[in-house]
Amino acid sequence: MRTGRAIATYAVLLAIAATTVIPLVWMVCTSLHAPRAQIPTMSTLFAPDGWHFENYWTVLTYGELPIWRFALNSFIVTAGVVVLQLALCTLAAFGFSRLRWFGRDALFFVFLLTMMIPASVLIVPLFALVQRLGWLDTYWGLIIPYPYLSTAFGTFLLRQFFITLPQSLDDAARIDGCGDLRLLWHVILPSARPALATVAVFAFIWTWTDFYWPLLATSATTMRTLEVGLSVFRDSYGGTQWSLQMAAAVITLTPVLIVFLAMQRFFVRGVVLSGLKE
Amino acid sequence: MKAGGEHNWRGYLFVAPATLYLAVFAFFPMLFAGYMSLHRWHLLKEQPRFVGLGNFVQMFSDPFFRNAIYNTLIYVVCSVPLGVLISLAVAALVAQRLRGVGFFRTLFYVPAVSSQVAISMVVIWILLPETGLINWCWLKLGQGIGMLQAWWAGTSPPQGPQPWLGYDGRMNFLAEPGWAMAALVALSLWIGLGPRMIIFMAGIQSIPETLYEAAAIDGATGWRRFRHVTLPLLAPTTLFVVVTTTIAAFQLFTPVYMMTKGGPRRTTDVVLYHIYKEAWQKFEVGMASAMSYVLFAMILIVAAFQFRVMRRGLGEAAA
Repeated sequence: MRTGRAIATYAVLLAIAATTVIPLVWMVCTSLHAPRAQIPTMSTLFAPDGWHFENYWTVLTYGELPIWRFALNSFIVTAGVVVLQLALCTLAAFGFSRLRWFGRDALFFVFLLTMMIPASVLIVPLFALVQRLGWLDTYWGLIIPYPYLSTAFGTFLLRQFFITLPQSLDDAARIDGCGDLRLLWHVILPSARPALATVAVFAFIWTWTDFYWPLLATSATTMRTLEVGLSVFRDSYGGTQWSLQMAAAVITLTPVLIVFLAMQRFFVRGVVLSGLKE
Repeated sequence: MKAGGEHNWRGYLFVAPATLYLAVFAFFPMLFAGYMSLHRWHLLKEQPRFVGLGNFVQMFSDPFFRNAIYNTLIYVVCSVPLGVLISLAVAALVAQRLRGVGFFRTLFYVPAVSSQVAISMVVIWILLPETGLINWCWLKLGQGIGMLQAWWAGTSPPQGPQPWLGYDGRMNFLAEPGWAMAALVALSLWIGLGPRMIIFMAGIQSIPETLYEAAAIDGATGWRRFRHVTLPLLAPTTLFVVVTTTIAAFQLFTPVYMMTKGGPRRTTDVVLYHIYKEAWQKFEVGMASAMSYVLFAMILIVAAFQFRVMRRGLGEAAA
């Protein structure tokens, strides 16, 4: 009875796993087929006329649509957003948790309210604002007004962590003559590394995979991020050149999957924290 | 202000950057969208013209916008209950102590962190006529059955892939009304599985073991234990998952943009994609802002409704 149930469980889990593994395997194998080959089926997938590893070099340096440039943009934008969000959220979370001041809880509530605003409402005015600032097709426009990345969410996660740290830490630091900034930098932040990692991983994955905002904020090919560049690439080669399209897709997926696999512990923590806040 | 400690004005300095940021990039745009929604506002032409609630009146008399709302509601009604139920079932499986279960948890999460553009490209292949995964498997199945029948009847086996149950595997799912929407719903179930599963799993694991032991003494096992112990205690988690899934479903965009462009025959033209076309193809940003406010209102109304209904459910479960 017990083993029967375990076998049934594994059968279901394996079936769902197949829905994730098959597309990934297909993507990687297809990316190694000859550029002008027919779209592979499951029977020709593992038997192409030669494995074409040079496809990756081809797409990275592809004439009008060089993937290396999109990748560079994605790295710059993602790094910028992660640093900006960490700085804003850390300072605010410290102010909301370790200091006492008039109006603190009311303002924190206002922060939480911004999590309710759907990004779709903000996009058009943000576009107008960024256009007015002359930030279209610049890294400023891609990094600073990030509508999906809720600053409030990061502040909330960090604050929840900061309030669990004992007050005695602060008292000891104060007696040693630490000011607020030194307290934050030398005492609070070193003990909050897991929480900081959680916020950073979220910022990384959301920014890397975001599509709508970089689609609008850029029109020059040289400023496209990978996610948008990949869609431009597909639109240019529609039903043809599947292997090159998939090589570009693999290049887009790899960094985010590496970050996710390496940091999944922190990621899952964030999902759980946000889901169980009630 | 909570008890203990004195007012420290430096607190304002610490929250000032984030507050300023949210004011400029969240509150101001939200208010400005409201201002724009009251104007006929073309992005490239000069001079917005005040039209009051004209945009709202106009959009509801527009059959294409009503169609987009209809499509969005169909998508929400199909994808949310299915998505929540499937993730709950899978969470119950992966919450068990089984060898290798951590591997499955990680793997199921992968679609959610993957590039939706890349996913859409693979899904386009999966749904292709004849060569796509689904049609190919169907034809191979037909071939296998044909061979069995030939063997049984003693005739020569059929050559190549065979139709089965009268379907020849040539359908282009993304070009068929109904099927295209079904494909988007299926895709949402797959992408959203990981996050919803993890939240449910955390909820299941936070249920104290003693409750299950008590249930076991009362003779409840298996399904009854799940129905009468796990499910009532998961109600707050379920509420959270239902509301966040609904909010996300209302804002479907990338797969539509990549796979169907709203077609075939506007059957997948959902509200956010419609807003996208209004703003960035017609440049009618006043109308687009008005539509995004309507979308916002729809999300708020549905989320509030879910809260009320499920709160009542919570009360009954506790009673």
